[in-house]
Amino acid sequence: MKVRVLILPKKGLLDPEGRAVKEMLLENGYGVQDVKVGKVVDLEVEDGTNIKELVEKFLVNPLIEEYIIE
Amino acid sequence: MKFAICVFPGSNCDYDVYYVIKDILGQSAEFVHYTQKNLEGYDCVVLPGGFSFGDYLRAGALASKTPLAYAVQDFAQKGGLVLGICNGFQILTELHLLPGALLKNENLRFICKDVYLRVENSQIPFTRKIEKGEVLNIPIAHGEGRYYVPEDLLKQMEDRNQIVLRYCEKDGSITPSSNPNGSIDNIAGVCNKEGNVFGLMPHPERASEDLLGSHDGLLFWHSLIS
Repeated sequence: MKVRVLILPKKGLLDPEGRAVKEMLLENGYGVQDVKVGKVVDLEVEDGTNIKELVEKFLVNPLIEEYIIE
Repeated sequence: MKFAICVFPGSNCDYDVYYVIKDILGQSAEFVHYTQKNLEGYDCVVLPGGFSFGDYLRAGALASKTPLAYAVQDFAQKGGLVLGICNGFQILTELHLLPGALLKNENLRFICKDVYLRVENSQIPFTRKIEKGEVLNIPIAHGEGRYYVPEDLLKQMEDRNQIVLRYCEKDGSITPSSNPNGSIDNIAGVCNKEGNVFGLMPHPERASEDLLGSHDGLLFWHSLIS
């Protein structure tokens, strides 16, 4: 089974990477309101794997990150 | 006193710590490989600085899933003394032995410079030879050192005296300009509730003899072995 996990900085937390990209986009004339920079983890897992547990215990730090499983 | 120095792939301050413990303090020190599962017989475990596992996923995240990290957890839960420096601090937060997390520096740069630190808690085994309010001069060297905890947890930590070090000016005042990385409340080092686990971003091992410009870092080591 293929799983894609999108990991983003938690809402309300300062994301300096996103801020830097946003500032440069604005300077280049793009009408951007907000930018967040995260990461993508593609997994191929055995059927029956507890993906939520895998993600929450291993891939993500819930204190500072949020995620979407696709 | 017998120290264990944890070595992960990418640790790079392990020999500096070994040198201070062995050659300056005259104590016993041994390197412990990240695949080892046992820390019995040691009095203190040090997680040194570096870039364990290349900082992949998040700084300290992969190191916190190794057999040695689980052994550190066990050692700490039994009351053993654990010191995490820089990357070691990041590993301890990922292991949940210390509260909070360390994020990318606010200015996105790797910062390597001397900073001033105010000691806020001199009651733990790592700081008992230091006066509360004393200002120390010790270098930092990190790209991900912006300490963060949610406000409610921060309040609890303050009530329990878990904030050990804050970035400050030379005169000890806590100001935004003395905060090098955007850490919440200028926090540079924290301990657990019990006080046997301590993590800090600055490098005391790099300020442990006059040849290096400062020996303020020695105070932590002397506190430990006294």
